[in-house]
Amino acid sequence: MTATQPVAGPGTEAAEPGVAGPVVGRKPGGDARETLYFALRNPKVIIGMVVVLGFLLLGLIGPAFLKYAPMDYAGPPMAPPSAEFPFGTTTFGQDIFAQFVAGLRSTFLVGVLGGAVSAVIGMTIGFVAGYRGGLIDELLNMLTNVVLVIPGFVVLIIINAYLGVRSVPMQALYIGVFSWPWVARAVRSQTLSLRTRDFIDLARLSGVGVGTILRREVAPNMYSYLFMTFVLLFGGSILTAASLDFIGLGPTNAMSLGLMMNQAVQWSALHLGLWWWFIPPGLGITLIVGSLYIMNVGLDEVFNPKLREM
Amino acid sequence: MALAVNDLKVWYRTRRGDVKALDGVTFEVADGEIMGVAGESGCGKTTLGKALIRLDTRMKHVGGTVVLDDDELPLADDAAMRRHRYREVSLIPQYAMSAMNPTRKIGRMIKDLLGAHNVRYTDVLPELERRLKLVGLEPDVLKRYPIELSGGMKQRVVLVLSTLLNPSLLIGDEVTSALDVSSQKAVARALVEFRDHGFVKSMIVITHDISVLFQVADTILVMYAGHLAEKAPARTIISDPLHPYTKMLIGALPKVGDRYEEQQLEGIEGRPPSLLEPPAGCRFRARCPLAHDRCAEAPPFREVAPGHHVACWAVS
Amino acid sequence: MLTLDHLDKVYRTGTFGTSDLHAVRQVSLDVQRGEVVSLIGESGSGKSTIGKLVLHLLDSSGGTITFDGQDVTKLSFRARRDYYRKVQGVFQDPFSSFNPIYKVDRTFETLRRSYFPKVSSGEWRTRLEDALAAVTLEPDDILGKFPHQLSGGQLQRLLIARALLLDIELLVADEIISMLDASTRIDVLNLLGELKARGLGILFVTHDLSLGNYVSDRVVILYKGRVVERGVTNAVFDDPLHPYTRDLLASVPHLDRTWDEVEAEEADRTRLLAGRCLYHEAITAQGRALGEEAEAADGVPDGVGLVEYTPGHFVGCFRKAAEEPCPAGP
Repeated sequence: MTATQPVAGPGTEAAEPGVAGPVVGRKPGGDARETLYFALRNPKVIIGMVVVLGFLLLGLIGPAFLKYAPMDYAGPPMAPPSAEFPFGTTTFGQDIFAQFVAGLRSTFLVGVLGGAVSAVIGMTIGFVAGYRGGLIDELLNMLTNVVLVIPGFVVLIIINAYLGVRSVPMQALYIGVFSWPWVARAVRSQTLSLRTRDFIDLARLSGVGVGTILRREVAPNMYSYLFMTFVLLFGGSILTAASLDFIGLGPTNAMSLGLMMNQAVQWSALHLGLWWWFIPPGLGITLIVGSLYIMNVGLDEVFNPKLREM
Repeated sequence: MALAVNDLKVWYRTRRGDVKALDGVTFEVADGEIMGVAGESGCGKTTLGKALIRLDTRMKHVGGTVVLDDDELPLADDAAMRRHRYREVSLIPQYAMSAMNPTRKIGRMIKDLLGAHNVRYTDVLPELERRLKLVGLEPDVLKRYPIELSGGMKQRVVLVLSTLLNPSLLIGDEVTSALDVSSQKAVARALVEFRDHGFVKSMIVITHDISVLFQVADTILVMYAGHLAEKAPARTIISDPLHPYTKMLIGALPKVGDRYEEQQLEGIEGRPPSLLEPPAGCRFRARCPLAHDRCAEAPPFREVAPGHHVACWAVS
Repeated sequence: MLTLDHLDKVYRTGTFGTSDLHAVRQVSLDVQRGEVVSLIGESGSGKSTIGKLVLHLLDSSGGTITFDGQDVTKLSFRARRDYYRKVQGVFQDPFSSFNPIYKVDRTFETLRRSYFPKVSSGEWRTRLEDALAAVTLEPDDILGKFPHQLSGGQLQRLLIARALLLDIELLVADEIISMLDASTRIDVLNLLGELKARGLGILFVTHDLSLGNYVSDRVVILYKGRVVERGVTNAVFDDPLHPYTRDLLASVPHLDRTWDEVEAEEADRTRLLAGRCLYHEAITAQGRALGEEAEAADGVPDGVGLVEYTPGHFVGCFRKAAEEPCPAGP
């Protein structure tokens, strides 16, 4: 913390002589292009992206081609999948495919909103705590740790049950508010290490303010990490929302994949052998979240050249 | 003759080709000699130190031999080298003191290391404690954690530890760097003392700091871009260097007492060549004021005076 | 031009700042136009902290910093921007001074956006080329490159060029050559000499005595946050008084004398000064406080005062740390 003695002498500039020297350094030309190049050649990223985008597309344009609304009593009850009802119908004759498509929409909405809310809170707190340090850091860190140890899911159950959260955005907001702590911790520690770099001091000597430094100097060094964080938060929010919906604490004015499973169980689809009622939503959630995680592992390989053995 | 290195070539494999970090070096280290290796970053001095004990996965032994005490070292054979490592050749790597496991006490760490070489800790404990005292450390440092010791203390522990089995050759890579001058002096003196006590027969001390070498080394070997430039007794290298690179390098170092107002020193223009595809001939040619046509051919590293080797056509 | 008066810096460490680290103790010094003042000390001496305090990268805990007669100890963001037009810094690690994901040009662009938004591109380019020429860099070799494509020496010169774009009057050079290779560091050091000739004041922070000696007009020796000796470079190096300065000079590896030779040369002086404290001798001999700062240390509460032993050569109490006793007794 006090005076920094030169830790490395001139001879230690390059650990392996001739290898890491300036002459044979990493080629930087178009770093973004290089990232894209590797991303488009990483099977994990490709598979994950195709699955997620496929579901997103279905959710977005699917309703335009549907004859029935999700809640309409459209056909015969308990009909197995057929040409007219690809996923069959519920005990009340509702079109399960229409519900599925509508459910996808709210699932993605909850993922994006929940992910965004926790990313914004986590990054703000992480950046400020890491950059400011001192008392502010200690207080924010304490807050982070407190929220971290709160059994978030239980609190969400209570909030949902008592406040009667009944819309998808509301649900996403509450999920976001409880899932930011680990983002904050990770962003804080990265900011902490970037803050000690001299280019931050140099930016300050250029008369640049804190906000600009965080935006223009600190954050760009973490873009890859922040992107991966968002992918994880996106998947996490979907999963949490599905769990809440499943236990009956989902939105009342919308359809979601979790809610479909909740209704399937409520109306004994399992006992009645109506597999077409609970398999599609369950498989949908599993595929979306699983693909997001696979994509995340792939992105890790793309962004981290050490893992990129190609 | 403790160590004889003959035309040693060790290259690094990289995605863009081989980096010829050590490209045909020939030298000898006598019994009881402390040889300093000096040079700037990327000259191959660290590669030289590593090559004599363990090639990492990216290094490959391209040619040449290393003979230690009449025994040729099987450099390329990692398993066969195990027999020689630590017992005969010992290395204090760069950043050794910061590489200590912070959760292990010093004594435990030494015990583990000895165990890996089939030596019982209790057998050597009396000698270990004696040597710690010799370098000015109390034996209770063995019960302490690395974080409790200063940089200079840690570096002395590393020195004692790496010479516990009286190896023939000790290689120290930047052992005095990153230390304050007072600790630097203590560590440097301990090196000489260990040689004087016969704990190690000979030493290769690698550093960028020539003034430290002048204090501890008998001879100094100057490297440039994977080649040898000059080897001579320490005092000769400082006061009467022959190779143009050595001359300019020494000339660029201010002595205590040199003043900018009175006499301006000069650096060396330009940069060392890339070792991916180094130019043929003398590698210092592009920066050398004496360069002429003949330098397109690599000058031999020859003895121009007793114990004074130079690789330069301009030196007769 | 720059004056530090009894400057103090205490770091709060531990949870909620429960323990203190006194990094800088009552440091007073000044830098004038056209001179290089070296702050010399080992790790933990507080030398870099002083550099950062002058650059307002840290807040001081006590004492004052004055620049051209104006108190600049506490500055608002706006005032600090103006201050940076005149005072700039260059740091130890050239590779850490540049954001690795951007080309080096961006460093200059940041400066332009901040200070010269109205300057036209052509005019800016001319200024930039002038600044690069002043540090002997060819624009074509440098601009458009990423930091790791350049050598440490080139990067440090770039940073000095950056400072010159602002027409600065004071440069804080914090260990700027300790990470450079021997063959290039002297050129950067010579550059400091040239800047001095242009009338700049330079505060040169270093741990290397021979480098400090080479380029500076006056030196300040720091130990554990306090000034133990300071004065004209020749006076301090030819006639070191404080035991710490003498230890330092005896430990530094010289290129022309071995450690044993240095110790032998110093043996007489060592004998002469053993068990004494010139600071206390001077105070008692005069029967009063001596020198410009002696009164601050009357009774030596903190052992931080200095006396002017010979003209222009100041020395503090011979105790090594503030907590230790003075070798000459109470």
